[in-house]
Amino acid sequence: MDILQKERKLKELQSKIEELDNVELIKKIKEEIESYKNEAMSNLTAWDRVLLARHQSRPTALEYIKYMFDEFIELHGDRLYRDDKSIVGGIGTINGINVTIIAQQKGKTLEENLERNFAMPHPEGYRKALRLMKQAEKFRRPIITLIDTPGAYPGLEAEERGQGEAIARNLMEMAGFTVPVIAIVIGEGGSGGALALGVANKVLMLENSIYSILSPEGYATILWKDATLASKAAGVMKLTSFDLEEYGIIDRIIKEPLGGAHYNREETFKNTKRAILEELTELVKLQPFELREARIDKYRNYGFFQRFNYDNLGGVKR
Amino acid sequence: MNLSNLANALNQRKKQKQKFKVTRKRNYTDKSIDVPKGLYEQCPCCKETVNMKQTLENKFVCKHCGEHFKVRAIDRINLTVDPGTFVEKGLGYITLNPLFNEGYEEKINAYKEKTNIDEAYIYGYGELNGNPCVIGVMDSYFLMGSMGSVVGEKVTRSFEYAIYKKLPIIIFTASGGARMQEGIFSLMQMAKTSAAVLRHSDLGLLYISVLTHPTTGGVTASFASLGDIIFAEPNALIGFAGPRVIEQTINQTLPEGFQRAEFLEEKGFVDRVIPRSELKLTLSRVLRIHRRYN
Repeated sequence: MDILQKERKLKELQSKIEELDNVELIKKIKEEIESYKNEAMSNLTAWDRVLLARHQSRPTALEYIKYMFDEFIELHGDRLYRDDKSIVGGIGTINGINVTIIAQQKGKTLEENLERNFAMPHPEGYRKALRLMKQAEKFRRPIITLIDTPGAYPGLEAEERGQGEAIARNLMEMAGFTVPVIAIVIGEGGSGGALALGVANKVLMLENSIYSILSPEGYATILWKDATLASKAAGVMKLTSFDLEEYGIIDRIIKEPLGGAHYNREETFKNTKRAILEELTELVKLQPFELREARIDKYRNYGFFQRFNYDNLGGVKR
Repeated sequence: MNLSNLANALNQRKKQKQKFKVTRKRNYTDKSIDVPKGLYEQCPCCKETVNMKQTLENKFVCKHCGEHFKVRAIDRINLTVDPGTFVEKGLGYITLNPLFNEGYEEKINAYKEKTNIDEAYIYGYGELNGNPCVIGVMDSYFLMGSMGSVVGEKVTRSFEYAIYKKLPIIIFTASGGARMQEGIFSLMQMAKTSAAVLRHSDLGLLYISVLTHPTTGGVTASFASLGDIIFAEPNALIGFAGPRVIEQTINQTLPEGFQRAEFLEEKGFVDRVIPRSELKLTLSRVLRIHRRYN
């Protein structure tokens, strides 16, 4: 039984309470529900976390921005082709610190999702993000990115306009910024589409979000030729926040309320804001040069391999 | 004595007869001609049988239709670098299995034996018509040239070697993208290699990337499209998402020539499409123009 089914069961139980009028019985049942909730929501599998990260009512980037930042002025357009709605960017302040905010925005309803292209950015979205980030570098504002995307859009026009080039350019330029960059994975972090906003000094992650090279479905189809094995793939892929923190890919896990971010939005936003502020105060102390070198060095050290020491041989002639 | 000799002779005769029978039998049943494997191959474009020995002289280009075949990394180096100048660097990397994927190590070992290289990327020092440079080549025969931890590390190392020697770098890309079996580590290689390009570029050094068939996925979205100068081979498949994925998302068949090198040149993402016969000359000319005598 996965997390969505458990949620449905809980809702059923709660609706049944309202029909009752015996006070003591209600109290008893409420306690039972509470204990069931604790039991059901505490030991989550990787697949449960995938489902939570994609949950319909999970807070989206704009909700985070609205709560966490004192003010936010949205800016549009990449100055080259058009404005991509799946990436939201702008300037704002958090506790009096001026920052540039870039976020991938999912929709809540189908219409919204169509407008936002299911948070799958086109190249112009990444170019807009890069433009705003360069602006941030000019005015020495820290950059905060919120990542929530299934991946970059794999479509005809996206390819024509150089999806690969746009992502590559973002990766390179982001590594070289001399202002603090903080990336927060708030939902799905899928593949290069997420990484293109995720080259940061500190990468934070919400507890029930995922960050992976491709979707579990894609992994299952590629390796096992069967998309229905996605739940098994999720277990294998090490895409949860806890696994990634163990590997050192992310720096910090932001705690979510029991049952996922959507059960208590305010608490999630508060935790996120606190985490951002803590990291920012640390990063602001560093010199521009240090920030840049620290970021490059951080990514330089990622990798899982072994090396036999051939240094003394000085290469082999072919 | 004589008797045993005779017996021996008889036995031998018997054996010869049996052998003859067997060979005759085989000749009758098996009609295919015994040709060493890999000598003749079918051209994927014009379906003509091609003598691979002759194509080797022709730089692995089909005589009949001009199709550029896939080239192994070692052959590519032989084609590109002046004979006797190549020194391979960055040896001794061992691929591990971070996600404990079933059968991944065996797969790697099988490819190692098959292709005779230890990962999908090799690099080293070389000279092109006397112009020194660092040259790196991806091998699409090794697990589709996918970029895992070791490939990412070696690419980064090749840039660092070029920084250390203050040399320009040429990378021939041929890859299916990031290696799925290594999960998030493969993804991080994209950022790592891009940062390496940045450091190399900061010192005013030249990076030429040559896109060969096929260059897709995470490699296109990292160091392959960050070259100061980007060349491509004719009819090479270059793109971020694979053609099948795009067809699934838009529910249409793709137009012919989509994501090919000529298409990218038209859209402005490739500097020039250069046939293999002129590639070495062009590269060495570009290197000569960027050469620094200090």
